[in-house]
Amino acid sequence: MNMQVNMVSAINNALELSMKENDDVVLLGEDIGRDGGVFRVTEGLIDKFGEDRVIDTPLAESGIIGTSIGMALAGLHPIPEIQFAGFMFLSFSQIVNHAARYRTRSRSSFKVPMTVRTPVSGGVRTLEHHSESPEALYSHIGGLIVVEPSNPYDAKGLMIKASRMDDPVIFLEPTKLYRLTKQDIPEEAYEIPIGKANVIKSGNDLTIITYGTMVHTVKNVVEKKKVDAEIIDLRTINPIDEQTILASAKKTGRVIIVHEAPLSYGVGAEVSARIAEKAMFELKAPILRVASNSLPYPFPGYERFYIPNEKKIAMHIDKIMSA
Amino acid sequence: MIKEVFSANIKYMQIMDEKGNVDAPLFPKELSDQKLLEMLKLMMLTRNVDAKAVSLQRQGRSATYAPSLGEEAVNIGTAMALRKDDIFVPAFRQHGVYIARSLPIHLFYLYWMGFEEGNVMPPEVRGFPMAVPVSTQMPHAAGIAFAQKYKKTGNAVVAYVGDGGTSEGDFYEAINFAGVWKAPLVVIIQNNGWAISVPRSKQSAAQTLAQKAIAAGILGIQVDGNDPVAVYKATSEALANSPNGPTVIECLTYRMGMHTTSDEPSKYRNEGDVEAWKLKDPILRLKLHLANKGLWNEKIEEEVSNEQKELIDKEVEIAESFKPDPRSIFQHVYSFMPDVLKGELEESEANGFWEGE
Repeated sequence: MNMQVNMVSAINNALELSMKENDDVVLLGEDIGRDGGVFRVTEGLIDKFGEDRVIDTPLAESGIIGTSIGMALAGLHPIPEIQFAGFMFLSFSQIVNHAARYRTRSRSSFKVPMTVRTPVSGGVRTLEHHSESPEALYSHIGGLIVVEPSNPYDAKGLMIKASRMDDPVIFLEPTKLYRLTKQDIPEEAYEIPIGKANVIKSGNDLTIITYGTMVHTVKNVVEKKKVDAEIIDLRTINPIDEQTILASAKKTGRVIIVHEAPLSYGVGAEVSARIAEKAMFELKAPILRVASNSLPYPFPGYERFYIPNEKKIAMHIDKIMSA
Repeated sequence: MIKEVFSANIKYMQIMDEKGNVDAPLFPKELSDQKLLEMLKLMMLTRNVDAKAVSLQRQGRSATYAPSLGEEAVNIGTAMALRKDDIFVPAFRQHGVYIARSLPIHLFYLYWMGFEEGNVMPPEVRGFPMAVPVSTQMPHAAGIAFAQKYKKTGNAVVAYVGDGGTSEGDFYEAINFAGVWKAPLVVIIQNNGWAISVPRSKQSAAQTLAQKAIAAGILGIQVDGNDPVAVYKATSEALANSPNGPTVIECLTYRMGMHTTSDEPSKYRNEGDVEAWKLKDPILRLKLHLANKGLWNEKIEEEVSNEQKELIDKEVEIAESFKPDPRSIFQHVYSFMPDVLKGELEESEANGFWEGE
């Protein structure tokens, strides 16, 4: 059986299935209980599973992640929610110094099975610290799996997979996509593999590698320009799917990487470097990156000048096709 | 052997009750009738500015907004106690403090409309921009207080945090540092009962939030946060004592509205509780007090309200006439313009990425 759902309902459904499947799964965070989370992702779960498994915590992000790590070390599988990615920096020490390192520093004798959920990225005119795209920061650490779905189907499958894993997963949910589209997805549990990108459209003239909010912007531009582009949605940011990226780069010979996070030291740099190292002589043009400018995320009145728009992507497509 | 090595208690202070009656021996003498009128007008202005901000957001003329309805006494009572050069460090619901410190109101609106230019404040405001990540401003306040002591300015620092904010590590770290340094810091806990949907009772097992001061070895007191006179007195005394070290003042108030305009409180709280708090309204009790003294009536109220609404309309007009320049997001990131950033700016300008947006 299938159901028509948006990303909020898809994740909610995945959480419910994971909790039914495994009694050790607990949710914790600010306002996730009675309020159902500020984006309603945990709506109704407190009624189904009770206050012991859907925990409204005191307001303390480091506390939420630190206690989650403790729960994970003691055999539970916590799925903490950090209300906005900008507030997750208060828990950065716990994530970097402990969640990412516990396995390797104990040579796998301890593990941290935990899925940290947080809304990311902008485009919806939120206040300061509510629109960051921090995927590169977490990917840079090592030891953390970083995923970012762009549609309800992937969101559910990645969440089910994460809840069955023995690793800390940073699960990034683009705020703008929460209710953007509905999709027909299976009612039962299914997994999307970690570390596998999704070729969402095959093409021959160029490859556009993207993820998160920009998947939709890229699709629109490609449709309007009627260009024969291959579009790759990374889905997992770390560990990156080098195989899919290289195969496509070698096939089309032209690559543009598009993301909403700032340009400098972003995911685009990593993808670009791997292609340059391993497929340089099969390229017909230099690799291009389209991203937000190398700045702190501005106040909402300025975000329309900051996030890459269709015009910017289209101009880069023209540029690479004429090279 | 076992013996008591430490004991402490926390006092609660109320001076003006819900009916506007005052506890005369506690009433601060410097609060003249004229001062009380100023206090009332500032609380009314705060409420009117706030109501307008909510309406602007509802009409799509402003971004998400955090209302301060019902919490005016905490802001105005503390702000009026500040001495001219004292400094304040806000969280994000201290609208009345900015207003009492004469921040041009159009800047307040500009901030909430989503422009950094709203943070360009005249220096005499002696305050810092709002801090959205909860409690992160608290260690800054301790550092600013340290700097006052270091530079022997004689100024004190008043920092604001909500009830939820007292659960953050930054809160403990700030009061602990300030205690060790005996820094001139006054911490105002604007306890409005709610951290979005999480009630005060789920925030801490401690009976009062003021008692957190005890663990840091500093002074702590709880006051009726809807009594502007008690708030004023507690703050004045803490400021006077600030050369000896910090004080925590827990102000018990109530968030009459939503957390922000994105919030829907009926999901998680009983509206009957809100009704009960209406009787404890800070503006209402000061009006009753002044009316009893023959200093307030409906006619004065109408005049003051009209005057304030006229001012607010003008300030909104100024804020709405602001034209954002996209270059400004590039120009203030560093003290200089790095070449790579200049390149990104020029690329945007040359290709017209901003046009038609």
